[in-house]
Amino acid sequence: MIPLLSVSGLRVGFGRDPRANEVVRGISFDLADGETLAIVGESGSGKSVTALSINRLIDFSGGRITGGSMKLKRADGSLFDLTKASEPQMTGIRGAEIGMIFQEPMTSLNPVLTIGAQIEESFRLHRGLTGRQATSAAKDALDRVRIPDAARRLKYTPNQLSGGMLQRVMIAIALACNPRLLIADEPTTALDVTVQAQIMALLGELKRETGMSVIFITHDIGLVAGIADKVMVMQNGQAVEQGELNQLLDRPGHPYTRHLLRDVPHFANGRATRADGKRDENAGMNPALKVDGLVVRFPLKSNVFSRATGAVHAVDGIDFDLMPGETLAIVGESGSGKSTTAKAVLGLVRSTRGSFSIETNSAARSARPVQMVFQNPYASLNPRLTIESILAEPVIATGGRVDAGTKAAMASLLERVGLPANSLQRYPHEFSGGQRQRLCIARALMLNPSVVVLDEAVSALDVSVQAKVLELLVDLQREFGLAYLFISHDMAVVERIAHRIAVIYAGQIVEIGKAASVLSQPRHSYTKKLIAAVPTIDRRRERFELDTRQMPSLVRPQGFEPAPARWEAFGEDHMVRVEG
Amino acid sequence: MNYLLRRLATFPLVLLGVSVLVFVAIRMVPGDSITAMLGTEAGLLTPAQRDALAAYFGIDQPWFVQYWRWIGGILRGNFGISVTYGRPVLDVVLERFPLTLELAVLSMIIALAVGMPAGIYAATHSEKPSDLGVRVIAMIGQSTPSFVLGLLIIYTLSAGFGVLPAMGEFAPLWQDPLRNLSQLILPAVTLGFAFAASVTRIARSAMLDVLSDDYVRTARSKGASARSVIWRHALPNALIPVVTLSGIEFGYLLGGAVIVEQIYALPGLGRMVLDAILQRDYALVQGSVLFIAFNFMIVNLLVDLAYVALDPRIRLGEQ
Repeated sequence: MIPLLSVSGLRVGFGRDPRANEVVRGISFDLADGETLAIVGESGSGKSVTALSINRLIDFSGGRITGGSMKLKRADGSLFDLTKASEPQMTGIRGAEIGMIFQEPMTSLNPVLTIGAQIEESFRLHRGLTGRQATSAAKDALDRVRIPDAARRLKYTPNQLSGGMLQRVMIAIALACNPRLLIADEPTTALDVTVQAQIMALLGELKRETGMSVIFITHDIGLVAGIADKVMVMQNGQAVEQGELNQLLDRPGHPYTRHLLRDVPHFANGRATRADGKRDENAGMNPALKVDGLVVRFPLKSNVFSRATGAVHAVDGIDFDLMPGETLAIVGESGSGKSTTAKAVLGLVRSTRGSFSIETNSAARSARPVQMVFQNPYASLNPRLTIESILAEPVIATGGRVDAGTKAAMASLLERVGLPANSLQRYPHEFSGGQRQRLCIARALMLNPSVVVLDEAVSALDVSVQAKVLELLVDLQREFGLAYLFISHDMAVVERIAHRIAVIYAGQIVEIGKAASVLSQPRHSYTKKLIAAVPTIDRRRERFELDTRQMPSLVRPQGFEPAPARWEAFGEDHMVRVEG
Repeated sequence: MNYLLRRLATFPLVLLGVSVLVFVAIRMVPGDSITAMLGTEAGLLTPAQRDALAAYFGIDQPWFVQYWRWIGGILRGNFGISVTYGRPVLDVVLERFPLTLELAVLSMIIALAVGMPAGIYAATHSEKPSDLGVRVIAMIGQSTPSFVLGLLIIYTLSAGFGVLPAMGEFAPLWQDPLRNLSQLILPAVTLGFAFAASVTRIARSAMLDVLSDDYVRTARSKGASARSVIWRHALPNALIPVVTLSGIEFGYLLGGAVIVEQIYALPGLGRMVLDAILQRDYALVQGSVLFIAFNFMIVNLLVDLAYVALDPRIRLGEQ
């Protein structure tokens, strides 16, 4: 039987001399009707370039196909080589025979057009529908991706919908004209894990309904386990291994595949938590950081002159303590208040109520015992400063002088975080993402802090870099007795680094306790839902359930106070908020 | 609507600030109406004559008394009498304003009609020879002073074609539209050329930004044609910077274009204000500057309203 798409020896290059700058170097695969191929790789592996080459969108990003063929079986059964297609021919194929969804739903829809107009466009282009017919087709398309109240939502502009909803709209657009091939380029990477589960469930259902083929690009081999028939692993523009899902996951042939499967953090339901740092070892010590009844509210005013009519309760009564040498992970989805908590601890937002006590354990500890590492290492280092100036900054900011001692401290810290000693005179752009995050860690350690707040500190890094940075963090923690407040949405990462976990939902902690206990036996309904949504290699071909519940609004009327929390204990260190 | 009212309510405050500034600034310039009017002969005045004249103009009072009397007059709709024209300030200003407004509108039409297509064309042919050509012309347009361009146009037309720009008594639009246009078209081209160059450059860079945005890729992935991508998806998103620039330029033009008015001998606001300053015509300077400031605020308000119409993400009056 003739495959729907047969790619052979595909090569794609960039720049003035594409043959000299090839990013994809000889990729071949076959995709049968109704089959799902997952392409797995890290950034720079060429997986997205491969995807964009299939519908020739790469032409608009400066790429050029330098070799190979891509034979698409068209609706009439004829074979058509996409590498030789003209642009007018491609506009007839894009959207009609090949649909595509992208990583960032927030930016992938035109901000000035209603979503109705953007869905209708597909029907106008390929079906010739206009006016009321197009509108009703657009409404059906929204119904199909299970967006409630579709008729009204057609008039919304993208800024009025959440990321998950926008990705559904993108799927509605991509599938509007029933393409036989859907290319999904990291479609859930920018989404919360619970939303990711819903999008995956939706894609699975639509695939069964329509019988389309899917090419699914991802960096997360765990996510692939739930959806793919075949997997292709890419590295440096080449396919290092491809095969049936089970075969590849159970008997990986190539060392890189084995690395992706074994060395990279995968979620293991609490079986991969750290064994060190038992709480009772620290009994009698003062916590490094103690947070009591933290409340952060942002007043809502209708205009400058009027009184506040209500408030956004971003953080609504949070207590925890953090012992020296311990990692407390705060997990939750976007908008839950986890980053606001971190910022309040650092004094970057004003807390409405609540108290902190920070223990500086020894005289050597500095006057600024809490330091921070941010999410995006590309944006959090000033590109105009040398590494030496960047590392000197915290010292200068606290009124210190940069003397020989400081320079010696810089050199030894750089060595400690695994960077070459000659880095001091270099600039941030000369370093890779992982190296930059090491620099950020070194900067945070310059003042010898007792607590380091890590806000999604490894989320922007590639999976294998993630693993190495996590290792470094654990080593530094042991060496300096650091306490980590680790903010993350990524349960696999949290599992590797946390001693304790606090699950935060709608500004409140709903469950807190020992990592292994929380992850293996979640008690609160939200924690259960969160953990069930995390993709794992163990649970293959599992159907996620469609669930459209949203987090409740955090906007409260003026003077509103939440009911006091009641807690139930499970075991020695595992507390759950009583639901009611 | 609510927002509109609140914005309008801030106008008097801003105008009050402008009035104090201009009032104080013009009085910090050495000399007064008397020396300006009589020239060297002012030295022949006896102190008594001088005092009498000063009392007649009201400039013998301390500045805050003068200011109080002036503001009090404005609140009753009386902007004072121009010393040079011997007529009410408001009449003089309103007589000059139609020409300035018309010139500004014409220049903007030329600028947008030339600049937008040129900018879009350059952006869609980025880094090709035609893009380079557009960019070079735009650079020349931006860096040529208006007196050079104005004189060049007059010289070329008269020396090359024997055509002289229509001079003589200015004919308002509603009296003799044809003659009016023939008088204004060359000044409008002179002003519009530099304006068009700015529009071209900003439209080009805005379009280039937008064309690499994710939603343009999405539009292409739907099978939208190149034309639809440019006009339907990219252009509406690239308009905001163009509107911002046009608003600022237009606002400046409403304050008069001194050099172009001078070259083409046009009785616009710019020359009038300049003369008023030279003549120390305090009432006229103060009144016309307030008028120009008011116009600028109206233009700014219109620009903000245009943002809302162009981009549904922008909501006015929210923090």
